[in-house]
Amino acid sequence: MSDMDKNISPEHKLFLLKVKRQKIAVNTARIAILVALIILWEVLAQFRMIDSFITSSPSRIVRTLVNLYREGTLFRHILVTCSETVIGFLLGTLLGTLIAVILWSSSFLARVFEPYLVVLNSLPKVALGPIFIVWAGAGPVSIIMMALAISLIVTIMEVLNGFLGVDRDKIKLMEAFGANRFQTFAKVVLPSTRPVIMNALKINVGLSWVGVIMGEFLVSKAGIGYLIVYGGQVFKLDLVMASVIILGIAATLMYHGVLFLERILFRNS
Amino acid sequence: MSDIVAVHNLGMKYHSLNGEIDALKNVNFTVKKGEFICIVGPSGCGKSTLLSLLAGLLKPTEGEVYIKGKKVSGASLDVGYMFQKDHLFEWRTIHRNVLIGPEIRRTLTDETKEYVLNLLKTYGLYEFKDKYPSQLSGGMRQRAALIRTIATKPDILLLDEAFSALDYQTRLAVNDDIYSIIKKENKTAILVTHDIAESISMADRVFVFSKRPGTIKNIYEIKLSCPQRTPLCSRDAPEFRYYFNKIWKELDVHV
Ligand SMILES: Nc1ncnc2c1ncn2[C@@H]1O[C@H](COP(=O)(O)OP(=O)(O)OP(=O)(O)O)[C@@H](O)[C@H]1O
Ligand SMILES: [Mg+2]
Repeated sequence: MSDMDKNISPEHKLFLLKVKRQKIAVNTARIAILVALIILWEVLAQFRMIDSFITSSPSRIVRTLVNLYREGTLFRHILVTCSETVIGFLLGTLLGTLIAVILWSSSFLARVFEPYLVVLNSLPKVALGPIFIVWAGAGPVSIIMMALAISLIVTIMEVLNGFLGVDRDKIKLMEAFGANRFQTFAKVVLPSTRPVIMNALKINVGLSWVGVIMGEFLVSKAGIGYLIVYGGQVFKLDLVMASVIILGIAATLMYHGVLFLERILFRNS
Repeated sequence: MSDIVAVHNLGMKYHSLNGEIDALKNVNFTVKKGEFICIVGPSGCGKSTLLSLLAGLLKPTEGEVYIKGKKVSGASLDVGYMFQKDHLFEWRTIHRNVLIGPEIRRTLTDETKEYVLNLLKTYGLYEFKDKYPSQLSGGMRQRAALIRTIATKPDILLLDEAFSALDYQTRLAVNDDIYSIIKKENKTAILVTHDIAESISMADRVFVFSKRPGTIKNIYEIKLSCPQRTPLCSRDAPEFRYYFNKIWKELDVHV
């Protein structure tokens, strides 16, 4: 790196400087917008130009968060929702990939189940909510089932398409070496589908959040989704806003967790 | 029996709901050990199908294929296959790429490893063995693909338009490169190509196929008077144009 720096022409130095300046400008603008919005919101609320009973305000949100923290319930709610999401996400990804493998290995099964997948995929999953509640009770299990219902079918279809999209000649090459179906899968199909699986993972994180919050709306007694519904019912918009902000932060963190995982797992590809 | 490949009355029909496709019909030929055969023919006349049949990846609907006197049924261990794309696996280093064949056949002994390392050394890829395919040039990648193919010590190499993906300059160089490796390793080769000049420059004999259902229309024995028989030198031989015109007419291309 250091002797590359020495060989940089003045033009290139200028270019790098420009790129760096642009980056700083973008970041500054981003932060400025956020700060401006928060200040505007707070000022409008303080001078009663908007009704903070309906719109809440940054200071009230902070107070609510502090209260939740003092009551000792803040992290419990976050933990409940996050663990439901993680379980839903892992189950969705693992089961989805496993089922895709089975459908890939048997074109008969793939053909048999194709219409089922299509119907299940187009069905609005929230309609299944009441069924899950009757089956699994109004608890975390139904919520995880909800998350699974949303992410599973998409995962199966994405990953199966990835498997089927592997170059025919690559498979022919393996056959010419005398590979059996399992070897072909392990050595060619799975590794060349890694980007597709990674994408499915990223989509799944988002879908799992949707499923879990939807599930919590329907049944739960704890969790961020519960806080949102409860806050809405008793007209505590402070609580609703605070929960939405927590949700945004948690979902972003988890998404970056997956990106981090991707970088660790696929460092050399 | 010096015929390493013998094809008797070979025919192949594909069946689909839209009907059946007569891909090959009545194909007969033999190939001697060490010979270099080129196959040219119109698009869709069954050339790739023929290679798949020779490799035992497809079952003929008629006739039979003999390799080293044994009838082919199922993937044959005596042939190696090369495609238009090199199909090196991006997630494996060059070293692990060229070892894939022995790995699949579970013949990954110290002796094979040694053999493969020697191939890498001989053909100038040893320094690149820990690099990934994307770090190599097109020509080097094709050379790596050839080493991967001969790592399982096949006697016969089947090359399906193996050079078509390369740009013209690289292609001429890779022609020479691959040709010399094949000759040095003493392999029998069957190359499918669309390029008449390429076929003449490399082949001992050129098989010209007819339109579908493909069958051998004519066989040209290529006799060139040039000091060394390398693809590049062959292109300068006085007889080159003669063969070119003959095969060109034979192919009867209309636009
Ligand atoms: N699996 C298959 N099922 C049905 N038809 C097939 C199949 N594979 C090939 N064919 C048909 O058989 C004929 C011969 O195909 P093949 O790929 O062997 O031709 P080719 O000479 O290699 O053509 P090209 O020069 O374009 O590579 C074509 O008409 C093709 O459409
Ligand atoms: Mg072909």
